[in-house]
Amino acid sequence: MKTTEDNWLYTISSKHKLIDLNLKEIWRYKDLLFLFVKRDIVTVYKQTILGPLWFLIQPLFTSVIFTLVFNNLGQIQTGDIPPFLFNLAGITAWNYFKECLTGTSGTFTKNQNIFGKVYFPRVIMPMSVTISNLLKFGIQIGIFTGFYLFYYFQGSGVNININIVLFPIYVLLMALLGLGFGMIISSMTTKYRDLTILVGFGVQLLMYLSAVPYPVSEAKLKFPEWVVPIVVYNPLTQIIEGFRFMLLDSGTFSWTSFGYTTLISVVIFLLGLIIFNRTEKSFIDTV
Amino acid sequence: MSVILRAENISKQYRLGLVGTGTISHDLNRWWHKVRGKDDPFLKIGEVNDRSTKGESDYVWALKDINFEVKRGEVLGVIGKNGAGKSTLLKILSRVTSPTTGEIKTKGRIASLLEVGTGFHPEMTGRENIYLNGAILGMTKAEIRSKIDEIIDFSGCERYIDTPVKRYSSGMTVRLAFAVAAHLEPDILVVDEVLAVGDAEFQKKAIGKMQDISKGDGRTVLFVSHNMGSLQRICTRALLLENGELVYEGSVENTIEKYIKHGERNSKTLINNDLNLPLCVTGAELISDSKGVIDVEDDIKFKITYKVNKADCENSIAIRLVRNGTILFTDFVKINDEYCLDKQLGSFQVISKNFPKRLLKSGSYSVDIHVGIIKKQVIQRVDGVLDFDVELSSKHGYNSSFSKDRPGVIGVNIDWDLML
Repeated sequence: MKTTEDNWLYTISSKHKLIDLNLKEIWRYKDLLFLFVKRDIVTVYKQTILGPLWFLIQPLFTSVIFTLVFNNLGQIQTGDIPPFLFNLAGITAWNYFKECLTGTSGTFTKNQNIFGKVYFPRVIMPMSVTISNLLKFGIQIGIFTGFYLFYYFQGSGVNININIVLFPIYVLLMALLGLGFGMIISSMTTKYRDLTILVGFGVQLLMYLSAVPYPVSEAKLKFPEWVVPIVVYNPLTQIIEGFRFMLLDSGTFSWTSFGYTTLISVVIFLLGLIIFNRTEKSFIDTV
Repeated sequence: MSVILRAENISKQYRLGLVGTGTISHDLNRWWHKVRGKDDPFLKIGEVNDRSTKGESDYVWALKDINFEVKRGEVLGVIGKNGAGKSTLLKILSRVTSPTTGEIKTKGRIASLLEVGTGFHPEMTGRENIYLNGAILGMTKAEIRSKIDEIIDFSGCERYIDTPVKRYSSGMTVRLAFAVAAHLEPDILVVDEVLAVGDAEFQKKAIGKMQDISKGDGRTVLFVSHNMGSLQRICTRALLLENGELVYEGSVENTIEKYIKHGERNSKTLINNDLNLPLCVTGAELISDSKGVIDVEDDIKFKITYKVNKADCENSIAIRLVRNGTILFTDFVKINDEYCLDKQLGSFQVISKNFPKRLLKSGSYSVDIHVGIIKKQVIQRVDGVLDFDVELSSKHGYNSSFSKDRPGVIGVNIDWDLML
């Protein structure tokens, strides 16, 4: 009877579609995304003396320790590449993934205060974490470049590979994987917190299975046979290995494994997005 | 006016108790029903959400089959006791959580002001927080930039605007937050209890702003508060929720009256006859010309019976008239001099002489009696000792200032002379 009354803008209902992304709405909130990124960057150094220097200290110290333990003590071979540079490259890449994963895996539990009061597309929150981590990653890549040039002019066998053009794609893959896993974990921890405990040490263990402190060739040589596929088919291994290949020209690269990694990352990301979207509707009741 | 929001059969179920290994069996059961394409088995077992009584089931309905419509430009109040479901309703409206069943359709964008200061970062300055908070509430950067001066001015925090918010007093934080929210331009604004904070000046400003929003700009406001005064001033219509159900919908005056009456039923106090008190009231009565319903034109007399148990008592009896939670006046009878003849002990009665006619508007009233020494001590206190209704019968066509729907707590007829 009232035809004009049926032009509802939107409906709040108990039923949802499987994929309810609403990109238009995310676009409407793009300013919020950048303000969150700005907030994360601006507030992280507040009331510290060394400020952003902390971003450099952590990978440098880790690399030194890794070099001491794995290369000096453990006799892991890194070919022509200085072990320190090898470790620094791996750790820089790994750190970005790890920060994205841990930063987003608590999205629902950490933000329940704000999520419980106002609505905005929840996915803005993990996206902003991923973007603000880029800055940290950039600083760490900067310090890596410094050491790289140092070793380069010393003539110690490091060469840039043509694959360097893939650099942005590798960063994107790491972001997608970290964000995807993070969203899955954050959705699954809204009701039962068990996974939070797993993430704490799981990420640490995952690093050792992702060829961070060693090249894949060494793993194939020295690991027990049943472990080798875990390392090789781990998408993160391929990312780390490919990352080192393009920066240092060490290790292996194949388009097949690159394609495989890309596929896995996109699938994980989409899966994360779907689960996240389903959870955001009423997680506040169970969190 | 067109309907801007329609709620159809909104229900929300919550599970009480702890989340632990016990809940996973329910979750698995629910999942298994879903896999087989059956209904959620736990939706059938919910109980009415009554906070104070112990129930059988772990599942309660915080909201049950709520239906209402809001028209464009309306200011709708939501009234109810704690736990009646007001906040749950607002949470669903502001899309923080989704209903268990039913749906809400809206033609406008909803922005909520559930609790101010949400998303303020203590390390960031006031100005930075205006941008951040505005964006969280759904404004774009350009919108905020065009209004930033207005927002700062409204908040009255100009001097502190470039200082981190952690240095602000709590009142200043609220001012800033409300200033941001007040400059939002949603089609529907949802407000919950914000006016409880802030000083008197700011509360006045906030209420004024909310009136502007609805009257000036024709936007719709949904307002939840326990403050009957501000509800009366702002709202045009109200809903009354009780135990998750919509029990009344109508004009603010009527809804508040229903709400107050519902509250009273639960707290009936009887006059006790305590001989240890030096002075105690043992009865109160209302005497009027007409029996039953009192008319605006009627003479009203209060009769109070009291007992003096101790000579030389310095006590007074205070009588307080209350309308919808608002105290209209307090009057005293000082017992020590002329009313306590010859300083005798025993029972006495006083009756009121000059209660003005044409003062009480139509509505429900109640009388509280306090006994004690003025400004020092209360020894006996009986709230709601008398309840009575005043009505405006249609025969007095002369004045509607006594009608229930007129704003104001009392009715006064000022006679006007034409100046020549």
